[in-house]
Amino acid sequence: MSNETVLTMRGICKSFPGVRALHQVDFTLRKGEIHALMGENGAGKSTLIKVLTGVYEKDSGSIRVEGAEGEAKIHSPQDAQNAGISTVYQEITLCPNLTVAENMYIGRGTGRWVNRKENERRAGEILKNLGIPARPRQQLGSCSLAVQQMVAIARAVDMQCKVLILDEPTSSLDDREVQMLFSLMRDLKSRGVGIIFVTHFLEQVYEVCDRITVLRNGELVGEYVIEELPQVQLVAKMMGKELDELADFSGGSSRDANRGEVLYEAEGLSSSAARPFDFRIRKGEVNGFTGLLGSGRSESVRAIFGADHVTGGKVKMHGKEVRINKPYAAMKNGIGYLAEDRKRDGIIAELSVRENMILALQVMKGFFRPISRAEAEKFADEYIAALNIKTASKDTPVGSLSGGNQQKVILARWLLTHPEYLILDEPTRGIDVGTKLEIQKLVLKLAEDNVSVTFISSEVEEMLRTCSRLIVMRDRNIVGELTGEDLNQAQVMKTIAGGEAS
Amino acid sequence: MSTGATTRKQRGGLGQLLIPLIAIGLLVVFNLIRDPGFFSVETKLNNNGSTVLSGNLISIINGASELAILAMGMTLVTAACGGQDISVGAAAAIAGSVFVKIIRGASPVTGGTVVLAFLACCAVAVIFDAFNGTLVSVFRIQPMIATLILYTCGRSIAYWINGGATPTIDSAITGAIGSFIPGIPVPTPVLIVALMALLFSLVFRFTTLGLYTQAVGINQSAARLMGINTTFIKLLSFMVLGVCVSVAGTIGVCRLQLINHETLLIDIEMDTILAVAIGGNSLGGGKFKISGSILGAYVIQMLTITLYAMKVSSTDVKAYKAIVIILLVVIGSPVVKRWFAGMMARRLAGRRPAAAGKEAQVP
Repeated sequence: MSNETVLTMRGICKSFPGVRALHQVDFTLRKGEIHALMGENGAGKSTLIKVLTGVYEKDSGSIRVEGAEGEAKIHSPQDAQNAGISTVYQEITLCPNLTVAENMYIGRGTGRWVNRKENERRAGEILKNLGIPARPRQQLGSCSLAVQQMVAIARAVDMQCKVLILDEPTSSLDDREVQMLFSLMRDLKSRGVGIIFVTHFLEQVYEVCDRITVLRNGELVGEYVIEELPQVQLVAKMMGKELDELADFSGGSSRDANRGEVLYEAEGLSSSAARPFDFRIRKGEVNGFTGLLGSGRSESVRAIFGADHVTGGKVKMHGKEVRINKPYAAMKNGIGYLAEDRKRDGIIAELSVRENMILALQVMKGFFRPISRAEAEKFADEYIAALNIKTASKDTPVGSLSGGNQQKVILARWLLTHPEYLILDEPTRGIDVGTKLEIQKLVLKLAEDNVSVTFISSEVEEMLRTCSRLIVMRDRNIVGELTGEDLNQAQVMKTIAGGEAS
Repeated sequence: MSTGATTRKQRGGLGQLLIPLIAIGLLVVFNLIRDPGFFSVETKLNNNGSTVLSGNLISIINGASELAILAMGMTLVTAACGGQDISVGAAAAIAGSVFVKIIRGASPVTGGTVVLAFLACCAVAVIFDAFNGTLVSVFRIQPMIATLILYTCGRSIAYWINGGATPTIDSAITGAIGSFIPGIPVPTPVLIVALMALLFSLVFRFTTLGLYTQAVGINQSAARLMGINTTFIKLLSFMVLGVCVSVAGTIGVCRLQLINHETLLIDIEMDTILAVAIGGNSLGGGKFKISGSILGAYVIQMLTITLYAMKVSSTDVKAYKAIVIILLVVIGSPVVKRWFAGMMARRLAGRRPAAAGKEAQVP
């Protein structure tokens, strides 16, 4: 690895009205390195990326890119591209209805006409070169998300980029796809591309990165070589405090999963998306569904809540048979469900924090009994304080909050309905470490108050810390149930990978 | 902090109404310069011998009645479905035809007949709009395409109801609905608009329709997972629009005391959508303000009357209207708003250090 730098950012400052987003931040990227940019939500990662890509203009500071004399003048995303800085965002920003080749060359011609044959030939070459399993004439929408992501990268690479920014590229990929992406990243690295990798997954950072730059509250904490910064210290640096909190957090696994009244019981429950399965949960129990992405864990809990079309099965609450075929019926039976995709199924972005909080309770109260403004404000104040939600006011549109705080607002929405059984599907995805801990603690606190909770997370450790029983799924079937002694990472992996543990 | 939040909220609320208010203000100033007596309101005796108000202001407010009522319903449909109903004019022609048919069927027209006629035309309009609503909410057809059907065939249906004639009605009661109730100097349609606005505010006050509609319009998937019946809310918005259509149709018929299925409220759908847009409501759905749409309706009518007063021929009026509307829509666009907000922020920032300097000099 050469030590030649490709990108130098010095003393970057950027303020928004009332907020100092970046203050004197330095960042250095060397040729052929994968550099993680870490920090909690609101630390300034996205702002730094946006300054670099020309979405925002910096207030002061300098940016130099290798191969260009003097300061790089980046005033627009186009400038950034011309300077050799390419970005692949978390959400795919390509056109699914065009072919792979068209996506790679769209908006890049000389403007007169498109040489379709030539583009397809070149696209094919690049795809083959990078080992991306896609054909140039295939419609992009027919590729998996991971491959679409890779096509976006291929497009960036073909634009002769020196700096490639990957903003949360792995958040919607499963493990195998992540590995595909990583081998592509390593390949690019060996070709001398400098890669900035933004992610929330700590393990992934340690798997693929060479260096880490940590930001906190818009300021630079430091730049570290990966070998010199153990994971626990990284978390400490991001949060700005030592991790006593993590230590005292051995959690609810101590609770006996086989005691207490059975609250919810399903027999052969199936939906348009989930195969028939049996499931039950006791009062005050925290359990989890685990398995790879696409294993059917989300589909199963959606069936419990009636979120998809329920096609069969018997459901009992408190031993009495009930019919739950739509969300409203589930809510009436005391079930709450925090959906996996916060943006799509959770927040009503333009409505205020207050309105978002009271919605579920309002629906349960009924169409002709609106919650008064005063009452709603009281609820909002109470939960903003209780969950420590950072928002300018309770009238702020929820869409302008950070991811973690949005998630807390939705949690408040369900807590307000005082559910007996709360299903949390990936409540900690894409949010910062501090908030993750808060949510885990909240789950255990709910269990103490005799609320049953189903907790789903992609991070197995998180589930081991909070759940007393884990239901393991593979290929849309339940393949195992782990309690007590068996609740450890090795056993979970074994069960996911190869049927019943022997 | 709570007071800060309230003022911000209030300012945000006014922000949406700013464009229609500015437009009205400009039109008022323009007209006053052109003719200082333009808005003077006089009283005069009408044919029935009662004292009534008259003048340009009254004809503006009176003339915008149907538009304002339709705009209220259209706002709800827009908010819930993210699209517009382009069949309101045709549906109003059907509603008006039904109204006339029943009135003409009764030999002495009593108050009871008129109520019955209105209820029947209301039911018919709600059924037709429920048809639109079903296409949109159940079959997920884009609102403009779904309502294109009724837009195309509505006036034919209206033609069948009265067998192709343009029958007149001759009754003191319907006459009063279209013009003045004896003893009351304010035109009846204006009173009906006020009544409808009151009804809407009561509905929003005592039900959760407003909150649900916005939730469905902004994020249908999330709304569904909170137990809101999104299909029903969309359907309901169309049915409410159906009520508005029947009221507007009835007023339209009563004004002329006849039904002409070809010309009754012709082209009003575009003005209605425009009123919603001028009122600062997003045509993509979501957050809405009915008051904005009502103001929007008055802006459009004021503009029309102003142009007529300037002796612009009725064929040219549309072109002039278009120019003003382009201006309004561009001024209200997010791009211009952001540019304006940026300019204000810079001016504020420029002023603050100066003020700080002054404070420093005082001691």
